[in-house]
Amino acid sequence: MGQIAQTIRDKLNSAFQPERLEVIDDSARHAGHSGATPGGESHFNVVIVSAVFEGQGRVARQRCVYTALAEELAGPVHALSLKALAPGEAA
Amino acid sequence: MTDAAAETTAHDFIAQTVAEYPVVLFMKGVPEQPQCGFSATVISILNQLDVDYVAVNVLQNDELRQGIKSFSSWPTIPQLYVKGEFVGGCDILKEMYAEGELKTFFAGQGLLPAA
Repeated sequence: MGQIAQTIRDKLNSAFQPERLEVIDDSARHAGHSGATPGGESHFNVVIVSAVFEGQGRVARQRCVYTALAEELAGPVHALSLKALAPGEAA
Repeated sequence: MTDAAAETTAHDFIAQTVAEYPVVLFMKGVPEQPQCGFSATVISILNQLDVDYVAVNVLQNDELRQGIKSFSSWPTIPQLYVKGEFVGGCDILKEMYAEGELKTFFAGQGLLPAA
Protein backbone atom coordinates (compact mmCIF):
# COMPACT_ATOMS: atom_id res chain seq x y z
CA MET A 1 0.00 0.00 0.00
CA GLY A 2 1.25 3.49 -0.83
CA GLN A 3 2.18 6.02 1.78
CA ILE A 4 -0.79 8.31 1.18
CA ALA A 5 -3.24 5.40 1.23
CA GLN A 6 -1.76 4.40 4.57
CA THR A 7 -2.15 7.94 5.94
CA ILE A 8 -5.79 8.04 4.79
CA ARG A 9 -6.38 4.68 6.44
CA ASP A 10 -4.74 5.77 9.72
CA LYS A 11 -6.64 9.05 9.91
CA LEU A 12 -10.01 7.48 9.15
CA ASN A 13 -9.39 4.65 11.63
CA SER A 14 -8.64 7.08 14.40
CA ALA A 15 -11.44 9.55 13.57
CA PHE A 16 -14.27 7.06 12.99
CA GLN A 17 -13.32 3.67 14.48
CA PRO A 18 -14.94 2.13 11.40
CA GLU A 19 -16.21 -1.42 11.42
CA ARG A 20 -15.27 -1.58 7.77
CA LEU A 21 -12.80 0.53 5.81
CA GLU A 22 -11.63 0.17 2.23
CA VAL A 23 -9.11 2.55 0.74
CA ILE A 24 -8.44 1.83 -2.91
CA ASP A 25 -5.91 3.70 -5.01
CA ASP A 26 -7.81 4.29 -8.22
CA SER A 27 -5.17 6.52 -9.80
CA ALA A 28 -4.33 4.15 -12.65
CA ARG A 29 -7.81 4.65 -14.07
CA HIS A 30 -7.15 8.38 -14.20
CA ALA A 31 -3.64 8.30 -15.66
CA GLY A 32 -3.03 11.19 -18.02
CA HIS A 33 -6.04 13.05 -16.66
CA SER A 34 -5.45 16.51 -15.15
CA GLY A 35 -4.57 16.10 -11.49
CA ALA A 36 -3.11 12.63 -11.94
CA THR A 37 0.50 12.31 -10.83
CA PRO A 38 3.07 9.86 -12.25
CA GLY A 39 3.47 7.95 -8.96
CA GLY A 40 -0.26 7.37 -8.59
CA GLU A 41 -1.93 8.06 -5.23
CA SER A 42 -3.95 10.97 -6.59
CA HIS A 43 -7.38 9.33 -6.93
CA PHE A 44 -8.91 7.19 -4.20
CA ASN A 45 -12.08 5.23 -3.59
CA VAL A 46 -13.06 4.98 0.05
CA VAL A 47 -15.81 2.91 1.61
CA ILE A 48 -16.26 3.50 5.31
CA VAL A 49 -18.83 2.01 7.67
CA SER A 50 -18.98 3.65 11.08
CA ALA A 51 -21.49 4.17 13.87
CA VAL A 52 -20.46 7.85 13.82
CA PHE A 53 -22.59 8.28 10.68
CA GLU A 54 -25.77 7.04 12.35
CA GLY A 55 -28.50 9.66 12.00
CA GLN A 56 -26.37 11.94 9.81
CA GLY A 57 -27.37 13.02 6.33
CA ARG A 58 -25.23 12.42 3.27
CA VAL A 59 -23.72 15.89 3.17
CA ALA A 60 -22.84 15.81 6.89
CA ARG A 61 -21.15 12.40 6.57
CA GLN A 62 -19.00 13.44 3.66
CA ARG A 63 -18.11 16.72 5.36
CA CYS A 64 -16.87 14.76 8.41
CA VAL A 65 -14.64 12.62 6.24
CA TYR A 66 -13.40 15.59 4.22
CA THR A 67 -12.54 17.36 7.47
CA ALA A 68 -10.54 14.39 8.73
CA LEU A 69 -8.63 14.32 5.43
CA ALA A 70 -8.39 18.08 4.89
CA GLU A 71 -4.61 18.01 4.67
CA GLU A 72 -4.52 15.25 2.04
CA LEU A 73 -7.30 16.84 -0.03
CA ALA A 74 -5.52 20.19 -0.03
CA GLY A 75 -2.32 18.45 -1.12
CA PRO A 76 -1.64 15.30 -3.09
CA VAL A 77 -5.14 13.84 -3.28
CA HIS A 78 -6.92 15.16 -6.33
CA ALA A 79 -10.12 13.17 -6.02
CA LEU A 80 -11.84 11.05 -3.43
CA SER A 81 -14.84 8.96 -4.25
CA LEU A 82 -16.60 8.26 -1.00
CA LYS A 83 -19.26 5.98 0.39
CA ALA A 84 -19.93 6.72 4.06
CA LEU A 85 -22.40 4.31 5.63
CA ALA A 86 -23.78 3.59 9.06
CA PRO A 87 -23.72 -0.03 10.23
CA GLY A 88 -26.70 -1.93 8.85
CA GLU A 89 -26.98 0.13 5.68
CA ALA A 90 -26.37 -2.00 2.62
CA ALA A 91 -23.01 -1.26 1.03
CA MET B 1 -6.64 42.31 -5.39
CA THR B 2 -5.74 40.57 -2.12
CA ASP B 3 -6.58 36.90 -1.65
CA ALA B 4 -9.29 37.78 0.85
CA ALA B 5 -10.82 40.33 -1.52
CA ALA B 6 -10.69 37.84 -4.38
CA GLU B 7 -12.42 35.27 -2.21
CA THR B 8 -15.15 37.75 -1.26
CA THR B 9 -15.69 38.59 -4.93
CA ALA B 10 -15.93 34.90 -5.78
CA HIS B 11 -18.34 34.27 -2.90
CA ASP B 12 -20.52 37.21 -3.97
CA PHE B 13 -20.67 35.85 -7.50
CA ILE B 14 -21.58 32.36 -6.27
CA ALA B 15 -24.24 33.65 -3.85
CA GLN B 16 -25.77 35.76 -6.59
CA THR B 17 -25.76 32.90 -9.11
CA VAL B 18 -27.37 30.34 -6.78
CA ALA B 19 -29.98 32.95 -5.75
CA GLU B 20 -30.81 33.77 -9.35
CA TYR B 21 -31.09 30.27 -10.85
CA PRO B 22 -32.97 27.36 -9.26
CA VAL B 23 -30.47 24.68 -10.32
CA VAL B 24 -26.78 25.54 -10.61
CA LEU B 25 -23.93 23.12 -11.21
CA PHE B 26 -20.38 24.26 -10.57
CA MET B 27 -18.26 21.98 -12.71
CA LYS B 28 -14.97 21.55 -14.52
CA GLY B 29 -15.50 22.27 -18.18
CA VAL B 30 -18.81 22.85 -19.93
CA PRO B 31 -21.79 20.45 -20.22
CA GLU B 32 -20.94 19.65 -23.83
CA GLN B 33 -17.35 18.90 -22.86
CA PRO B 34 -16.74 18.19 -19.17
CA GLN B 35 -13.05 18.26 -18.17
CA CYS B 36 -13.43 15.75 -15.37
CA GLY B 37 -15.16 12.40 -15.02
CA PHE B 38 -17.06 13.43 -11.89
CA SER B 39 -18.49 16.50 -13.59
CA ALA B 40 -19.40 14.34 -16.60
CA THR B 41 -21.28 11.92 -14.34
CA VAL B 42 -23.39 14.68 -12.80
CA ILE B 43 -24.16 16.21 -16.19
CA SER B 44 -25.35 12.85 -17.42
CA ILE B 45 -27.62 12.44 -14.37
CA LEU B 46 -29.13 15.91 -14.83
CA ASN B 47 -29.65 15.25 -18.52
CA GLN B 48 -31.31 11.91 -17.84
CA LEU B 49 -33.68 13.53 -15.37
CA ASP B 50 -34.28 16.27 -17.95
CA VAL B 51 -34.07 19.01 -15.36
CA ASP B 52 -33.16 22.56 -16.42
CA TYR B 53 -29.88 23.77 -14.98
CA VAL B 54 -27.24 26.41 -15.32
CA ALA B 55 -23.61 25.28 -15.40
CA VAL B 56 -20.67 27.36 -14.22
CA ASN B 57 -17.20 26.33 -15.38
CA VAL B 58 -14.87 26.81 -12.41
CA LEU B 59 -11.82 26.33 -14.61
CA GLN B 60 -12.40 29.74 -16.19
CA ASN B 61 -11.02 31.44 -13.11
CA ASP B 62 -8.82 30.30 -10.24
CA GLU B 63 -10.57 32.51 -7.64
CA LEU B 64 -13.83 30.81 -8.50
CA ARG B 65 -12.26 27.37 -8.41
CA GLN B 66 -10.98 27.99 -4.87
CA GLY B 67 -13.93 30.15 -3.81
CA ILE B 68 -16.54 27.48 -4.46
CA LYS B 69 -14.73 25.19 -2.02
CA SER B 70 -14.73 27.70 0.84
CA PHE B 71 -18.26 28.91 0.01
CA SER B 72 -19.76 25.54 0.85
CA SER B 73 -16.98 24.08 3.05
CA TRP B 74 -16.80 21.33 0.48
CA PRO B 75 -13.37 20.57 -0.95
CA THR B 76 -14.36 18.99 -4.25
CA ILE B 77 -15.99 19.84 -7.56
CA PRO B 78 -18.64 19.33 -8.99
CA GLN B 79 -21.15 20.90 -6.62
CA LEU B 80 -24.89 21.15 -7.18
CA TYR B 81 -27.08 23.89 -5.69
CA VAL B 82 -30.85 23.84 -5.78
CA LYS B 83 -32.74 26.97 -4.77
CA GLY B 84 -29.63 28.33 -3.11
CA GLU B 85 -28.93 25.21 -1.05
CA PHE B 86 -25.93 22.94 -1.52
CA VAL B 87 -27.23 19.44 -2.34
CA GLY B 88 -24.02 17.48 -2.86
CA GLY B 89 -21.20 16.42 -5.09
CA CYS B 90 -20.84 13.51 -7.47
CA ASP B 91 -21.05 10.66 -4.92
CA ILE B 92 -24.16 12.02 -3.23
CA LEU B 93 -25.96 12.80 -6.48
CA LYS B 94 -25.11 9.35 -7.85
CA GLU B 95 -26.56 7.70 -4.73
CA MET B 96 -29.67 9.89 -4.73
CA TYR B 97 -30.19 9.21 -8.42
CA ALA B 98 -29.74 5.44 -8.05
CA GLU B 99 -32.30 5.36 -5.26
CA GLY B 100 -34.83 7.48 -7.16
CA GLU B 101 -34.50 10.12 -4.47
CA LEU B 102 -33.11 12.81 -6.75
CA LYS B 103 -36.13 12.76 -9.03
CA THR B 104 -38.46 12.98 -6.02
CA PHE B 105 -36.38 15.82 -4.65
CA PHE B 106 -36.59 17.84 -7.88
CA ALA B 107 -40.31 17.11 -8.15
CA GLY B 108 -40.78 18.26 -4.53
CA GLN B 109 -39.02 21.53 -5.43
CA GLY B 110 -41.38 21.99 -8.36
CA LEU B 111 -38.51 21.58 -10.83
CA LEU B 112 -39.77 18.35 -12.40
CA PRO B 113 -43.34 17.17 -12.91
CA ALA B 114 -44.54 14.99 -10.01
CA ALA B 115 -44.31 11.27 -10.81
